[in-house]
Parts: sequence; structure tokens; C-alpha cells
Amino acid sequence: MQNLIEIKGVKHAYQTDAGPLPVLDGLEIAVPEGGFVAVVGPSGCGKSTLTRLIAGLMKPDHGEVWLHGEKVKGPRSTVGMAFQNPVLLEWRTILKNVLLPLEIVPSKLTRKQAEERARFLLSLVGLEGFEDKRPSELSGGMRQRASLCRALIHQPDVLILDEPFGALDAFTREDLWQTMHRVKEREPFTGVLITHDLRESIFLADQVVVLSGRPARTQYVLEVPSRGPRTLDDLYTPVAAEQLNILRHQIQIAQGRSPAEEGAE
Amino acid sequence: MNKHIRAFVVPVIAVVVFLLFWEWLVWFNGWPRFKMAAPSDLPPAFERHWPLFLSMGWQTLWRTVVGLFLAVVFGTLLGMIMGFSRTMRDALYPLLVGFNAIPKATVVPIVALMFVGQHDFNTVLLAFMISFFPIAVSVSIGLSTLEPEYRDILRSLGASQATIFWKIALPKTLPEFFGALKVAVTLAFIGTNLMEIVSPHGRGLGALFDSGRTNSDFPLMFAVLIALAFLGIVLYYFVVALEKIFAGWAERAPG
Ligand SMILES: Nc1ncnc2c1ncn2[C@@H]1O[C@H](COP(=O)(O)OP(=O)(O)OP(=O)(O)O)[C@@H](O)[C@H]1O
Ligand SMILES: [Mg+2]
Repeated sequence: MQNLIEIKGVKHAYQTDAGPLPVLDGLEIAVPEGGFVAVVGPSGCGKSTLTRLIAGLMKPDHGEVWLHGEKVKGPRSTVGMAFQNPVLLEWRTILKNVLLPLEIVPSKLTRKQAEERARFLLSLVGLEGFEDKRPSELSGGMRQRASLCRALIHQPDVLILDEPFGALDAFTREDLWQTMHRVKEREPFTGVLITHDLRESIFLADQVVVLSGRPARTQYVLEVPSRGPRTLDDLYTPVAAEQLNILRHQIQIAQGRSPAEEGAE
Repeated sequence: MNKHIRAFVVPVIAVVVFLLFWEWLVWFNGWPRFKMAAPSDLPPAFERHWPLFLSMGWQTLWRTVVGLFLAVVFGTLLGMIMGFSRTMRDALYPLLVGFNAIPKATVVPIVALMFVGQHDFNTVLLAFMISFFPIAVSVSIGLSTLEPEYRDILRSLGASQATIFWKIALPKTLPEFFGALKVAVTLAFIGTNLMEIVSPHGRGLGALFDSGRTNSDFPLMFAVLIALAFLGIVLYYFVVALEKIFAGWAERAPG
């Protein structure tokens, strides 16, 4: 099967005043169509840089990023993005915010169809009745839901999520995890999720990539056997506990702390 | 209902009390008309010079508005240049700060001498010079502090820089822009009046004020002050109305 996202030997360094800062070093990631990969790694290791490379906002110094069998040379309208900051436009209603990408991307939808689609997506994430509200009238979790709808409105085949739930409280976050599964069932996409939360990674993804500390390499790949929708109870099974253990262990290695030291404390 | 009465009646009472106090002060001290004017002197002063007030008021108004308009155009362009280019910001900012630090009262005689006789031009120029600074600074700060995610949202879809500017950067800076415009409108008004008062053979309310001054006609001078305050308030609230229309979204609901 062809991989929808393929990252081959990607190296990248930022030019800073103190000289080049190598951020990514020989990254290898492959995500099949419809797959969902979670990327975890120490803070500042280059995860957001990776999302910018996939979105075509930057070009890597070395190596290649392929989407849909095509080498990425610049931004493409088949990508949807959401960040930790929902960046909704305060002067637009929620509905108009969701419709924003369609003002950029050529679309076959008529105005009316586009609006219907936006309403459908909003109801899918539980924002029915908030279409005409302003972002400032919504809670943080609701804004994040709206931002998710905006990322999906133009039917992207790749959805890039850079710590979208990072700023939310634990309950809201778990709510949104379940929303994500519901959305993915109705609106299939191939996903890349950057996260700091190991439980989030195994709950949402079917493949968890652990990056090493900066400069980041692919240090470890965990295949999550269960596919499709899950319940929160699945996080409290022995299998899940085992997976979390492995990931925690790998993160400690990535942070340059040996697990033995940790145990001795 | 009660609240509306209070919102209307209380300020009116305050104004009336203030005027009565002023009237009493002049009466109590026995100040003559060439030393001080009482509120009761003002209506006759307006009546006597009414056609002058209309024509001079118009002069002051249009010059201020034209100066302000130029300040908006120039200030916005300058702000855009500084907001988008780091290098231009580093280059222009010290110049701009230095220029702004010069008290504009000292510029008045220079401008008046440089363009002798071109009174309209002088006045508009001063109104412009004194008021473009806050606009340029606010636009440049608004643009340069735009969070990168805002750009990325559109850029990742292949939007051009121009599209990003129109759809996001520009509307996002509007609240700061109007904040600056409110300051600028007051400044432009000061600029116009400075030039009108100082220029020989000037026109406008400033010149009318000056003629009152040379004749020690205090009722006329005070009437001009009232007229100026009136114009200033009208201009200010005009900007506030524009702000409500174009940047009303930035206002948080009370509470
Ligand atoms: N435009 C830039 N210029 C120079 N250095 C940069 C730039 N962007 C990021 N960096 C540096 O590159 C490194 C990786 O940044 P990146 O944002 O990709 O990390 P991250 O893994 O997303 O971090 P976090 O977990 O905090 O979100 C950081 O050390 C950062 O300081
Ligand atoms: Mg990041």
C-alpha cells in the first residue's frame, strides 16, 4: 500500500545569530492513507518544525517530504492545520471562521452548500447553535472545536494538529479526544498529531513516533494495535498500561535521562 | 428608565452648576470684560460674530480633516513598511521617534516662514505632521505582533501575502488603529489651531481667537474656545462612530 505521508531522511537546521541550530536530523516517518500518527518528543526537539515541513511552509535542508506520491515543494490546499492557539478571527462569527479556508481554496461547493457543510461540521463537534456567536463568547474547548472544523472544511486529505488540546483542562481534553474519533469516522483524513500527552497519543493514533532530543531523529515507533474508535476505558487496560510504560521509557531516553537513574531516585 | 434619567440629568446638573459657579466667580470678583468673560457674555458674543464663527469654523474643520486624512494615508503606509520589514523598522524607528520628540510649537514658525502666504497649505501640513506618528506606530506594532499561526493558517492553503494582509493582518490591527486615530484627531486639531493662531493674516477659529486676544475681547475668546471644544467633540465622536462600525467586534461585552 502506498503511504500518504512519507518523510525520508529529513534534516533541517535554523540559521540563528549563534550559528546554525540543527533541529531535525534524519527523520523517517511513513503514514498510510487514513492512518493517524502521533509524534511525541522532548520539548523544543523540533515537532512544530516537522509540521511546518509537512505543510510545505518550509523546505528541509536535506531529505524529502512526500504527500500523495508527490514531493512537497510549497503549501498545498489539501492540508488542514490546527494549533494549540485556536487563532480564530475575532471579527467573524464562528460560521464565517469555519468558512475561511474556502475563500482561499478553489471549491466546487456553492455558497449554500459550503454553509451547510460548515453547519454539519459544527454539529459534528457539538457546536450546534453557536454558528452566529463570536469567538470571544466561546470557551477554550469550544474554540478549539471550531478551529478543528475550519481545518476540515475544505476536505483536506492531511490533517496536521500541533498540540491542539495542550492548553485545555483534562476533562475537556478527554471530551475532545472522543470528538476526534467521531469526526474521523465521518470525515476520513490522514492525521499527524503532535502531543505532549502519552495517553492522548495512544488513544487517538495508530502509530506513535518518539523523537529523540534536538536534533531530532526517529527514535522509536510504537504500533497501536487497536484501530478506530476507542473508549476511555481502553486507556485503563493492561495493554494500554504496557504501551504507556514503553513510551515513558522512550521519552526518558530521548530526554537523555537513563531509566535506571530515574528508578534510583 | 430610572437609569436613563440619571444618565441624562446628572451630567446636565453638573454642567449647570459649573456655569453658575463660573458666573458667580466673575460677578463676585467684579472682573470687567477685558479681563474675564462670564457665561452670560457668551451668547451675545456668538450672536455678534455668528457669520464669522460659521466661516472660520468651517476653515478649521476642513483643514483638520484634510491633515488627518493625509496622516492616516501616510501613517498607515509607513506603519505597513515598518510592520512587514524588520530592516525598515530598525532604520525608520529612531528617525520617527526623534521627529516626534520635537515640540511641534517650534515647527510652526519654521513652516510659516518656509511657505509664506500659503496659509491653507501650512495649516494642513502642521495638522498632518503632528498627527501621523501615533498612526504609524500603532499600525506597525499591530502588524509586527501578528502571531505566526495566523499567517500559517492561510499560508498553508497557498494564500498570497496580499490575501493574508487583507483577510487577517489589516482587520486585526483595526482596534489599535482606531485607538491611535482618536489620539491623532485631537493632535491634528491642535496642529491646525497652532498654525492659525501664530500665522499673521491667518484664517480659521484660531485666527478669530487671535483677533479676540489683540482686542482684549474676552467674551469672543471664550466663545471661540467653546466653539473649538464643540468641533473637537464632534470630530472625536465621528471617529468613535467609525470605530464602532469597523472595529466594534473588539469591544468585550460588559461583565
Ligand atoms: N524560526 C526559527 N528560527 C530559529 N530557531 C527556531 C525557529 N523556530 C524554532 N526554532 C528553534 O528550533 C527548535 C525546535 O523548535 P520547534 O518549535 O520545532 O520545537 P517543538 O518540538 O515544537 O517545541 P515545543 O515542544 O515547545 O512545541 C527550538 O529550539 C526553537 O528554539
Ligand atoms: Mg511546538
